[in-house]
Amino acid sequence: MIRRLLSVLHARNLEFVRDRSALIFSLLLPVALVIGMSFVFGGPERPLFKVGILSASVNRDAAPFLREHYVQFVAVPQRDAALRELTHQQIDLLVELGPPQRYWVNTDSPKGYIVEKLLLAADPSAQRQPVSGAALRYVDWLFPGILGMNMMFSCLFGVGYVVLRYRKSGFLKRLHATPLSAFEFLSAQVLSRLLLILTVTAILYAGIGAVIGFHSVGSVPLLILLAVLGALSMIALGLTIAARFSSEELVGGLLNVLTWPMMLLSGIWFSLEGSPRWVQWVAHAFPLTHVLDAARAVMLDGAGLTQIAPHLLFLAVTALAFLAFGAWSFRWRIE
Amino acid sequence: MSTALLDVRDLVKEYPGTTAVAGVSFSVPPGICFGLLGPNGAGKTTTIEIMEGILPPTAGEVRYRDAPLGERFREEAGILFQKTALQDFLTVRQCIALFRGLYARGLDVETVIRMCALEKLAGRDARKLSGGQQQRLLLAIALVNDPAVLFLDEPTTGLDPQARRNFWELVQSIKAQRKTIILTTHYMEEAELLCDDIVIMDRGRIVAQGPPRRLLHEHFAEVLLELPRQDFPPQARSLPLHILEANDRIEITTDDLEGTLRTLLAAQVPLANLRIRPPNLEDLFLELTGTELRP
Repeated sequence: MIRRLLSVLHARNLEFVRDRSALIFSLLLPVALVIGMSFVFGGPERPLFKVGILSASVNRDAAPFLREHYVQFVAVPQRDAALRELTHQQIDLLVELGPPQRYWVNTDSPKGYIVEKLLLAADPSAQRQPVSGAALRYVDWLFPGILGMNMMFSCLFGVGYVVLRYRKSGFLKRLHATPLSAFEFLSAQVLSRLLLILTVTAILYAGIGAVIGFHSVGSVPLLILLAVLGALSMIALGLTIAARFSSEELVGGLLNVLTWPMMLLSGIWFSLEGSPRWVQWVAHAFPLTHVLDAARAVMLDGAGLTQIAPHLLFLAVTALAFLAFGAWSFRWRIE
Repeated sequence: MSTALLDVRDLVKEYPGTTAVAGVSFSVPPGICFGLLGPNGAGKTTTIEIMEGILPPTAGEVRYRDAPLGERFREEAGILFQKTALQDFLTVRQCIALFRGLYARGLDVETVIRMCALEKLAGRDARKLSGGQQQRLLLAIALVNDPAVLFLDEPTTGLDPQARRNFWELVQSIKAQRKTIILTTHYMEEAELLCDDIVIMDRGRIVAQGPPRRLLHEHFAEVLLELPRQDFPPQARSLPLHILEANDRIEITTDDLEGTLRTLLAAQVPLANLRIRPPNLEDLFLELTGTELRP
């Protein structure tokens, strides 16, 4: 038995080692993950309080309060958006540097109560503007992330591996002998997966809403439009990976290279607000970030079409670009 | 203007370190069954895949109805590859319907099912068919667009003799409809039965071309004597006879049967296991290349 097991083990190892592209990805992926995790979770301890400063950037010498320890100061250029975050207790205090210095505090927030004391100790003349609002439950904030993550995995892996299997089995080669074009084939795959994803997402949305309930004040048709464009963009992204390769390991590695940064940087589990500008810039290169930002804006803040139009435009453009690239680089048969 | 349905001109296909097809030219007139014959590695499949528009040539071209391969060719060609997988979880009828949907014109799905004797299998999962049934399904898919030209790449390889004979009957019924068929095979019996015109390939080149009967007539006298190799003593190889050495036998072609037998007896060659038969394409291949078609 051991001899047979070793024979198969040896053959499989040879197969893996000789598939150079897959081997390189398997070795590089853990290194990339370690680097990524160190950027996201590394650095000093998380602060106790989060204070929004109404300005384009935060200069810690601009006011004595800004030199407080264990407080994270976040630049928020738009007052309306910042006040919504304060109402949902996503930030603990909102400050407009003076003179005169003004601040908004959520009277329902325990952390707001404490951090207000710190502000008044540093600047007793600051003018108080009270607001109120219950804290958004983490589940309300997390729910769009869970839907988006499920969508991402289904889009990338569901389509990528199917196309790979078709290519390896020779089914694609047979289709190539017909008048079917690469664009038609890929479009059919995209639409088939889109239908599945929309159905699953709708079931999750309704099911979780019925079982545990979640906060959603926005337009459902707008969420459907967002889901369609988001899924199209991510399916097309998966197709660009599966368009020409024939190695399961390589395609799996490449899909992991896409999914892990999205898992960490797109805001599924935690907000990237306050993280370095370049991290946010990288995060906004991913379709999932736009899906989640727009979904949270609609569901939590009741944003309309105009407010999320830039996200929708990004998703529509990337869907077309990925699909065009996939069709251009598509291979019907194993090279 | 060419009257041929397909023109193959100076076709070359090179891969790193090897030349699969080394300058092949021939024409296929409409309405015939045209055979590409040769052993494994002769370049048959590469040639037919270039003709099908699946594989780009390194040099040369294939023309269909006097034009480069294009949309019209794809609409009018039916193809049965040597090895094809179909989509999982589809029934026979659904597989045929899938491919019917890819063509602007063609036959009704039920008509194709009848043509290929698949009525009893139409509702069965395509993965659960036997080898012969699978080939009939693939032929049905190749016929679904009512093709003007049908490519069959080693369609009976791996089938048992009965399934092979059933498949030949199907091909003959298609041939009776005056469709052009391009067939690659290494079964000489298949080529002799089905083909009106053949090209014999070896190491990427054409070694003979023409109707099978004419080729046999050109290369052989009337009869062929076949002896087991162990019955043929080494000294007999220098006899003034036309001797061909196959793997396990010696073949002698002659138009003077009586004189040849006398020569063999004089050389003390035992004739107990002697077979006398007319030469076939297998013998022709041996004659032309010095090697057997199927090692």
